[in-house]
Amino acid sequence: MATEQKLRSETFAAGIASVGHSAGLGTVTRQVSDDEPPPLPPNGELAVIGKSFPRPNGRAKVTGAAHFTVDIALPGMLHARVLRSPLPHASVRNLDVAAAARHPGVRAILPIATPDDPASARLRYMGAPVAAVAAVSMAAAEEALHLIAVDYQALPFVVEMNKAREQGAPLVHDESTAPAGHPSGFPAAAGLPLNGNVRGPAIAKRGDVTQAFAQSDLIVEDEFSTQVQTHCCMEPHAIVADWRTDGLTVYMSTQFTVGVRQELAAMFDLPLNRVRVVVDAMGGGFGSKSSLGNYGRIAVELSRRTKAPVKLFLDREEEQMDAGNRPGTWQRLRIGAKRSGELTAISVVSYGTAGVGLGAGVGNIAEAMYNCPNFAGAQHDVFINAGPGCAMRAPGNAPGAFSLEQTIDILAEQLGIDPLTLRDRIDLSAVRREERRIGAERIGWRRRHAPGADPGPVKRGLGMAQSLWGANVQINSSCEVRVLRDGSVEVLSSVQDIGTGIGTVLAQTVAEVLGLRPEHITVRIGDTDFPPGPPSYGSRTTASITPPARTAAWRVAQQLLREAALALNAGADDLVARDGRIFVRDEPSRGMSFRDAAARLRTDRISAVASRSDDYAGFRRRMGDAALAHQDLGGVQFAEVAVDTETGIVRVERIVAVQDCGRPMNPRQIESQVHGGVLMGLSYALYEDRILDAHTGRMVNPNLEQYKLVGPRETPAIDVIVLENYQGQSATDAYGIAEPANIATAPAIANAVYNAIDVRIRSLPMTPAAVLGALGKVPMRS
Amino acid sequence: MLNAPSALFAGVEPEKSDLPSVGPNAVAITLQINGAARTLHAEPRMTLAQALRGPLGLTGTKIACNRGACSACTVWLDGLAVCSCMILAVDVGARRVTTIEGLAQGETLHPVQQAFIDHDALQCGFCTPGLVMSCAALLESTAAPSAEQVRTAISGHICRCGTYPHVVTATLEAAAARKG
Repeated sequence: MATEQKLRSETFAAGIASVGHSAGLGTVTRQVSDDEPPPLPPNGELAVIGKSFPRPNGRAKVTGAAHFTVDIALPGMLHARVLRSPLPHASVRNLDVAAAARHPGVRAILPIATPDDPASARLRYMGAPVAAVAAVSMAAAEEALHLIAVDYQALPFVVEMNKAREQGAPLVHDESTAPAGHPSGFPAAAGLPLNGNVRGPAIAKRGDVTQAFAQSDLIVEDEFSTQVQTHCCMEPHAIVADWRTDGLTVYMSTQFTVGVRQELAAMFDLPLNRVRVVVDAMGGGFGSKSSLGNYGRIAVELSRRTKAPVKLFLDREEEQMDAGNRPGTWQRLRIGAKRSGELTAISVVSYGTAGVGLGAGVGNIAEAMYNCPNFAGAQHDVFINAGPGCAMRAPGNAPGAFSLEQTIDILAEQLGIDPLTLRDRIDLSAVRREERRIGAERIGWRRRHAPGADPGPVKRGLGMAQSLWGANVQINSSCEVRVLRDGSVEVLSSVQDIGTGIGTVLAQTVAEVLGLRPEHITVRIGDTDFPPGPPSYGSRTTASITPPARTAAWRVAQQLLREAALALNAGADDLVARDGRIFVRDEPSRGMSFRDAAARLRTDRISAVASRSDDYAGFRRRMGDAALAHQDLGGVQFAEVAVDTETGIVRVERIVAVQDCGRPMNPRQIESQVHGGVLMGLSYALYEDRILDAHTGRMVNPNLEQYKLVGPRETPAIDVIVLENYQGQSATDAYGIAEPANIATAPAIANAVYNAIDVRIRSLPMTPAAVLGALGKVPMRS
Repeated sequence: MLNAPSALFAGVEPEKSDLPSVGPNAVAITLQINGAARTLHAEPRMTLAQALRGPLGLTGTKIACNRGACSACTVWLDGLAVCSCMILAVDVGARRVTTIEGLAQGETLHPVQQAFIDHDALQCGFCTPGLVMSCAALLESTAAPSAEQVRTAISGHICRCGTYPHVVTATLEAAAARKG
């Protein structure tokens, strides 16, 4: 029912509450809907929000009691395994499952690539599913895979991006099979041209770069490349599908219970009320567990056929080959400037590959970070015969920052201006200005010497880089808060905790409103039986679900206060809930315990459900269920490195990460996430590399030992400083942190390496071979 | 081939085994798990990690790489931290197995477990049981380790969430708390 929203005027604290700095907060007045709670004061005035409470599921996670999807065992459950293509490009001429079907442990075989259906028979990457088996045990399923006989016709293939771009290269797709868009939206919109293996360009334009470059005092231009990075979630992709006549229940390690439910309903033609998706503990996703996936579809289909629960999880090799990846990129960046440093034009051309999929762009960071009137971007996706990419922690902007932030440093050097001073001139963000100031002080930027100035073979350097990420919000986010007659409280939403700690933050949000402690709140999440919550991707979870949690808690509190008001012979508006009590604001001794107030309820429980309202000043952009807030999320990181010029080994000694996420809800959990972002960025900068053999199309390091990840020994000292940045935009004014913390690390390290050795490294990862090559001590790898 | 055991262990006398020969079908074996004797049927190919997670129902031990590269499956064998995915269940014999479920004393958490909670030394929590077992094993042998010793003790672990800094802080704190 559409009713006229009654609005009221509210004044919010606004501005940056800086660390160790006396910058006072200002105010901003907003018109807010009358059913929204009053403004939330800054953290310094709060009892629970903004404090580092421990996770409600921490005990379960340190005792082994936490239940991950891979830990689930249901009565009568079958185990599934997938037969995968041993060739990078092939057509299945014959698929014979007769022998496998005779295996005594086998309950169902699902042909996936069948000659009867030519479209399905084409396999475009090594590891593509060919058939699947459900059996009484993992071992039986594995044995049955070996009994499936497949006649493959090998087809020409290409796994190198440069080769794939050439005229006459083997074609990965044709017009009918080439994907035309990608959910991550970086950059491929629908309707982009297909030319051989190249989809694009996706064009972005502002002003006139040709004219602006012609009028520039100085132009810098450089080329950069970034490697393919894989997600390496420690819990593999996993699902237990339980198809029953009265409906489908799916237990899945997922970043988006609601989205998976929508996919399942559409795919299997079920009404939404017959599909339930559940996730308890979830062992990491980083973008790769955002949707149902081919393995999810396989498990559900096998459960439907066998009428039994079916468990399917990927092994580590499958994880590396067919669970998504961060695409590799090649980028050419051109920046024009005046002598003063003022930017006149930026152009970026990129080619990237997400294997057989799309989403290999370099984001909007070159377009949006700095004040520049003229911009031209042309981003291309190149298909190769490799597993599809997918969103990975700050898709687009992470590789985009690697080229932009190095090029800005190159420009600063050519202008003879300190990189921080140049950024002060061209970056309009007041938040990042403050982050630069704080970070420079913390790392000791004044120590920074001229490039390569250290005398010995081990040379130290300092560098910095900046981050830009959209403040995303999922409008379709709802939360329920219940107060029970014994005084206990529950908060419910289908939102999932993928390790970020949203459960802690929800408990804090509700506790703050009700005047309780977080441990008094039971958090029930990760189940589509609860009000639909947001996805845990795009750094949008906190921004999306904490405002409705606070609103629901506030509404249910109003009900409780009305009951208490009757007993206290006071007006409900004069009561406050604080420290486990409900009392008259001006006469604190007149009150009762929260529990006594709840005991007066007329029913066993009271409840309120609230949904995410629009940001109070509206949104910049709205796309279906998602929206983009007006402000951006930033972050500035500084790196100190030591480069051994004899071995080529880069050692990162220290990272200073100064970040912002609106109102910080739980500083220690934020620090944990920033550690994660920094370490994933460091790992990207120095170690990780998916290597495909050009002659066979095979990934030569599909494991966790030759696919090198940062370990404890390579972990530097990491200083995390988080600003409080209040904008008065929602009931909590809180936004995300996971992706912004991942963007600046690799370019900050690259700029520090340059400062150390006076040679710029333009491709990732910066391995010892790459460093020695750049120094001219060994031949450069092609 | 580097991974051929005979090449790696050439010249090393194989230990005398009092174990009966087993297989190829499942046989009944008895393992000493968290202080209790547990009997299960194990095929020779079943690893200790699989035995724990499957027939023994102790799913706190995690399998992430299944080849000794990430240490998520760490348990104690006679007090020594080992990768349970690299040991066959039938080879365990009479050695005492301690898993994450057996670390706390009743309701009282091991100091490392408590410190992991207090210092947010976990995020998704999947690699956490293994890290807890390695850090707790370190404190059994080294009452007051340095940060460098903690890093060495966990150097075989992979945590994609990036909990290493808080894991080191938590373990040092647990050591200090224990000394009291």
